Amino acid sequence: MILAQILTIHKHHRMFRKGATAKMSNGELTVKIWRGDENGSFADYSAPLRENQTVLDVVTHVQRTQEPALAYRFACRVGVCGSCAMTVNGVPRWTCRTHVNKVAEGGEITIEPLRNLPRIKDLVTDMTPFFEKWEKAGGRFKGSKTRADEPARIDVESRKRRNADAAIECINCAVCYAACDVVAWNKDYLGPAALNRAWSLVNDERHADQAGLRQAVSQEGGCTSCHSQGNCMTHCPVGLSPTQSIAGLKRQSLLDFFGKG
Amino acid sequence: MENRLFVLQRLTAMILAPLVLIHLALILYAIRGGLSADEILSRTEGSVGWALFYGLFVLAAGIHAPIGVRAILIEWTGTSRAMAGWISASLGLLLIWMGFRAVYAVVGGAI
Repeated sequence: MILAQILTIHKHHRMFRKGATAKMSNGELTVKIWRGDENGSFADYSAPLRENQTVLDVVTHVQRTQEPALAYRFACRVGVCGSCAMTVNGVPRWTCRTHVNKVAEGGEITIEPLRNLPRIKDLVTDMTPFFEKWEKAGGRFKGSKTRADEPARIDVESRKRRNADAAIECINCAVCYAACDVVAWNKDYLGPAALNRAWSLVNDERHADQAGLRQAVSQEGGCTSCHSQGNCMTHCPVGLSPTQSIAGLKRQSLLDFFGKG
Repeated sequence: MENRLFVLQRLTAMILAPLVLIHLALILYAIRGGLSADEILSRTEGSVGWALFYGLFVLAAGIHAPIGVRAILIEWTGTSRAMAGWISASLGLLLIWMGFRAVYAVVGGAI
């Protein structure tokens, strides 16, 4: 009996919320989606406004019901793979983890590809420059041990290990790269993700090429190009702070200059 | 090169920060009862201390500012690195020349 009452209350609550949402925008969402490459334009679509839906759900709805040729990327749909990042109402986000009711303005959302990357088609960008810079920043791990050696013993409480921990959860979704104004201004700038990766390697005691790494991050477009604006930190969906990692690299390069690295 | 400029700009900033504060405090203190050029010159002429203070100020500013201007030229105007380097170096020399000229005028006597 009590359970039935609770269920009824819950049902009424849901109905009320549904009614309120529907009243707000007549149950239809206007979706402006970028079509084409750099020379493309926005096209208008519509999608039913549901109580619980992500921006990725909306893109999928448009692709299935109105625009079969719409190109977009996704894989896991649950914020693990980092392939569905797009610009939603001007802000770079993971579309799979962005609820429509959090971002819709007046029953409308605008979806574009990520900024700072060449546009291939519709919502798909060419990620090549992003990953090339990741390599250029010295992001590839080089070990010095063989299978026959004992695994390295790293003190989990050490400062270096904690520094690496703070930077290590990056999944290379390029949201920070799209958010960064310095990337937009300076085509040589390696960007927050690549430098964040470099910082985790600077703090990795197993990494054999520390000299090469330090040279890579202090080249033209390296860590000293960062203006510490913090857009990467603000928009990182995992809550990392590439700004802090880059500050660490700057500090390191200052110490290197005085021969105290 | 980038790293050296970065370090130079940070070091000159560290020098400039206290100098700017002293400079501003000095202005507020010196003009509190109205001031004429003769009064300023009577205090500064022949002063080795003020010559060193503003000499260091000019040098630090002449190094610090052009490095920032170089970054702005490269990032906002699309100027090539080489051209931005030449423009900034010229600006630095101009600032230092004008600055030392002013320091000499105030400390060493009229030019």
